[in-house]
Amino acid sequence: MHNKTVSELKKYLEEKKISSVELTQHFINRIKAIDSQLNSFISLTEEYAITQAKKIDLEISKGKIRPLAGIPLAQKDIFCTKGLKTTCGSKMLENFISPYNATVVEKLNDAGMVIIGKTNMDEFAMGSSNETSYFGDVKNPWNTEYVPGGSSGGSAASVAARLIPCSTGTDTGGSIRQPASLTGVCGIKPTYGRVSRYGMIAFASSLDQGGVFTRTAEDCAILLTHISGYDPKDSTSSRKDVPDYEKECKQKFTSMTIGIPIEFLDGLDDTVKEVFEESIKVLEKNGCKFKKISLKSSRLGVSAYQVVAPAECSSNLSRFDGVRFGHRADNTKNIDELYKKSRSEGFGQEVKRRILIGTYALSAGYYDAYYLKAQKIRKVISNEFAEAFKEVDLILGPTTPDCAFKIGEKSNDPIAMYLSDVFTVSTNLAGLPAMSLPMGFKNHLPLGLQIIGNHFDEAKILSLAHHYQQITDWHTKKPKLSGD
Amino acid sequence: MNKETIIKISDLAKIDIKDDQIDDILTSLEKILNLVDEMNSVNTDNVTPMSHPLNLKQELRKDIVGASDERELFQKNNKHIDNGYYIVPKIID
Repeated sequence: MHNKTVSELKKYLEEKKISSVELTQHFINRIKAIDSQLNSFISLTEEYAITQAKKIDLEISKGKIRPLAGIPLAQKDIFCTKGLKTTCGSKMLENFISPYNATVVEKLNDAGMVIIGKTNMDEFAMGSSNETSYFGDVKNPWNTEYVPGGSSGGSAASVAARLIPCSTGTDTGGSIRQPASLTGVCGIKPTYGRVSRYGMIAFASSLDQGGVFTRTAEDCAILLTHISGYDPKDSTSSRKDVPDYEKECKQKFTSMTIGIPIEFLDGLDDTVKEVFEESIKVLEKNGCKFKKISLKSSRLGVSAYQVVAPAECSSNLSRFDGVRFGHRADNTKNIDELYKKSRSEGFGQEVKRRILIGTYALSAGYYDAYYLKAQKIRKVISNEFAEAFKEVDLILGPTTPDCAFKIGEKSNDPIAMYLSDVFTVSTNLAGLPAMSLPMGFKNHLPLGLQIIGNHFDEAKILSLAHHYQQITDWHTKKPKLSGD
Repeated sequence: MNKETIIKISDLAKIDIKDDQIDDILTSLEKILNLVDEMNSVNTDNVTPMSHPLNLKQELRKDIVGASDERELFQKNNKHIDNGYYIVPKIID
């Protein structure tokens, strides 16, 4: 049952071939048996899940079938889930019980999905390897000596290992696409504003966007339809109509012109290049036209990101002061000591580093040199994408410069770590939608293909991804874990 | 950037840094700033800064009563509460 896709499980449940309780219990048992090798979950919500599943089964027996009735799901532990712990991978929120649901959670609950756990992640979504989590490293299911990517590493690893059919994630600089690439699953980051950020713990508000992990593009389309849409609780959410992405992506594929940024191939690892060029050939034979394009400022994406994201994070994370919620230090003599001690004890090293960089970039005398300059570079990058989309329907490239790296390999070198997001950050800066899907392997570790679209062109991205998965079988490959 | 800057920004950010950590932090922040300085390779004199990915207008909601006060629910996450107030160390002598 765990090898079935969301689309297949939907039919099984609707046709009453399996009950939601049976399915939920199956995945819970599987997580209990296998996840000690991966550490992809921070918490299991067994009791809550079974109660939900029973409720859904009762509804199904009475003929009320919600669109995703009874399908198990894991929520990234950055999404507030009412009455359940939401830690954001941090000691700061180790004991925080969400008083309300994030809109993404509310929407998926309304669609009938059953939350069976909260997934591990880099602390406050700051990391590209899932090594900054207070709750320990997540391991890559393809080789447990390697990282699964981050920050949504637990969400990606659990889907890759078939511990769950789908999960949610967030993407500020690549936190959905990079782990999707490194673990061989599909992950989509929608256009900024497509999905409400309400109840999604903020890292960098002008870049953060929620999305999903699944094993197929079709499943991504199904879930995206349900989480998208305007939300009065998030003033930056878009009022644009939400298409039926599943229907759109399964329509007869029409020819597309696809841009390949020359800068993405410059100096690229030989195997990654070979695998990527092979996927171009496959698509070329199947109705796509390719065109070389230039995104010459995209190389500056990481630099601009390293100002914008920390600046916004230093501001967003100022709410963690030890007073209203989150970790509070003991035995403090005055208010300043309460703030400092609580924050110093509650935050990990990477979070502190980013808060310090952000505070510096925004401090008197440095604002123009860093923050203003970064906002201008952001505009330059965005303009280059806009120019490119006058000539092409979509942009294609590898999601990451290389396959997964070993645990510990880059943890003492922040620059090397940041550069693993070199192909993903620019789309966040420009607010564009993008997706990663499996395109092959290097040394038995998965590689991802990134499809970037113009604003609100998710349907086009999913259509190409679905088409690619009809003519290739990379998405059907699965890792072997002991006890599997 | 120097040690004094690290001490100043850590104070602004309300984060305690031990003396023996300052050198490491200084080194890593300098590396990050070197990466950031690559932005200066592009002339942006005539570029309008972009603060938001979409040209959205700030929305104003109608001035009607919304969700009720849920103070008790929100304060359940905190044991340092007295009569709806948060207890903190004495601020004014």
